[in-house]
Amino acid sequence: MIRFRDVTKHYPRSGTALADVSFHVRKAEFVFLTGPSGAGKTTVLKLVHMEAAPTEGEVIISRFSSTRIRRREIPQLRRRVGFVFQDFRLLERFTAAENIAFALQVTGANRSAIRSKVMRLLDHVGLASRASAYPAELSGGERQRVAIARALATDPLVLLADEPTGNLDERASLGVFDLFKQLNSLGTAVILATHDATLLRRHRETRVLELEGGRLVYDSGAAAAQPPDGSTGDSSIFELVRDGQPMDRDGQPMDSGAKQGSGSERGGTAP
Amino acid sequence: MRPFREALISLVRRPVLAALSVTSIGLSLFILGLFGLTAHNISKALAAVEEKVEIVAYLRDEIDEAQLRLVRSEIGAFPEVESVEYVSKTEALYNASRELAEFSDVFPDVEVNPLPASLEVRLLPGQRDPHTVGTVAARISGYEFIDEVRFGREWVNRIHTLRRIAGGTALIVGGSFALVAMLLVGTTVRMSIHARSTEIAIMENVGATAGFIQRPFLAEGLISGLAGGLLALALTFAAYRLLDRAVMAVLWLPDLWIVAGILGGGVLGMLSAGRSVRRELKGLYAI
Repeated sequence: MIRFRDVTKHYPRSGTALADVSFHVRKAEFVFLTGPSGAGKTTVLKLVHMEAAPTEGEVIISRFSSTRIRRREIPQLRRRVGFVFQDFRLLERFTAAENIAFALQVTGANRSAIRSKVMRLLDHVGLASRASAYPAELSGGERQRVAIARALATDPLVLLADEPTGNLDERASLGVFDLFKQLNSLGTAVILATHDATLLRRHRETRVLELEGGRLVYDSGAAAAQPPDGSTGDSSIFELVRDGQPMDRDGQPMDSGAKQGSGSERGGTAP
Repeated sequence: MRPFREALISLVRRPVLAALSVTSIGLSLFILGLFGLTAHNISKALAAVEEKVEIVAYLRDEIDEAQLRLVRSEIGAFPEVESVEYVSKTEALYNASRELAEFSDVFPDVEVNPLPASLEVRLLPGQRDPHTVGTVAARISGYEFIDEVRFGREWVNRIHTLRRIAGGTALIVGGSFALVAMLLVGTTVRMSIHARSTEIAIMENVGATAGFIQRPFLAEGLISGLAGGLLALALTFAAYRLLDRAVMAVLWLPDLWIVAGILGGGVLGMLSAGRSVRRELKGLYAI
């Protein structure tokens, strides 16, 4: 569903943000995108959202390709790709319900359809009782839930989340993460950019793409996503490799011969 | 309706910015309105003077009734001619005695009327420029029974020059003020776009089309322009009343000018908003 083919991204001022990155995210898959600050995580999300075009290579999202997409098709793509930010980006002058409705108005939906969908989405994220609250009256976790509901308003194929728990305390983070997992289990793919090691440790079964200096240095699901022999593959036979060295989940070198990659778990999120 | 609802909300939420925008258009159009008022009054005064532009063709004494009828009807059939009036020798003498009061005592005693009969030829409005008047006069003087043709060439030339100056000044002053108004509206719309940058970013983010994002700003420009036009109308009317009462009798603007002024304000507001929106949002979906 989302495919990066030898993608390189140069910015005129800041230089190379991504270098020769390739990966494939399947429908309804959950992927952590990790790496230190400046590694290229946000650039990957921007390329998926087509806020930027690759300098080299190709990004494919569903039927849209970065090499062929027309300017007027980008809004259509954006409706299929929900985006959740660390700073929520809610409109302070709108209530929770109005913030979600705002995303539906752009699709030209009629008022009654918007009203019922907004209530359904608020219910879905556990905020039905806070519909008329303004962002300033909501906790950080609640704000992020409103932002997630807004991102879901257009029934996206994939949710992109850029450090969505970065501004939240641990309890709120867990709640928001559980919500992402729940949405994923209902069929929405999720690409969650984070450098929260605790979160990664807690969810070892989830596929991880690790970037460093703009290069993809680790893909725990590479085997499942792109079996080298072309078969559907049993991912448990593939080692996690970083710079040619087998690694453990915490990024520590493993003994040669050690095997990693809980294929059965990945299989559950990457049908 | 959404663009207008959004535009009204935006204007109400930022009253200072909205007032600045409306006032700038209003003042610019007020200046145009004042100029329009002056131009209209000058134009009316010139038209009244122009009304008096006529060609007088003096007839030879030997012309008979049939020849007079023929020459009158032929001149009357010229496409530029509005009317042809015959002034007999007796009427000419009577007119002269009325107009030249100091000789009024002399005229009844003259044995031979020295004044010729004439045809007073009035041209249609729009045909009173020096070239047309000269051409028609030359054509009339070609008739055998016409002795001499006079049409006040100096007057015609002066009136026509005045008209051209008035028209040119209106164009230059009007154009300059329209440009200033456009720049001011453009600036306020740009400020409005900046004030709503978060909203625009979110709209982009959730897949709003460029048109969807731009339309409320165009509506905002249109509303500001129309409101500015109404403000200018009110100010111009106040100025007219003041002039009419305190200085001299002044004519009010024609209805068509008023409607054109208000609509012009709307178009001006929308055009300048469109220019700013295009400039500010040119990065929209530009990958």
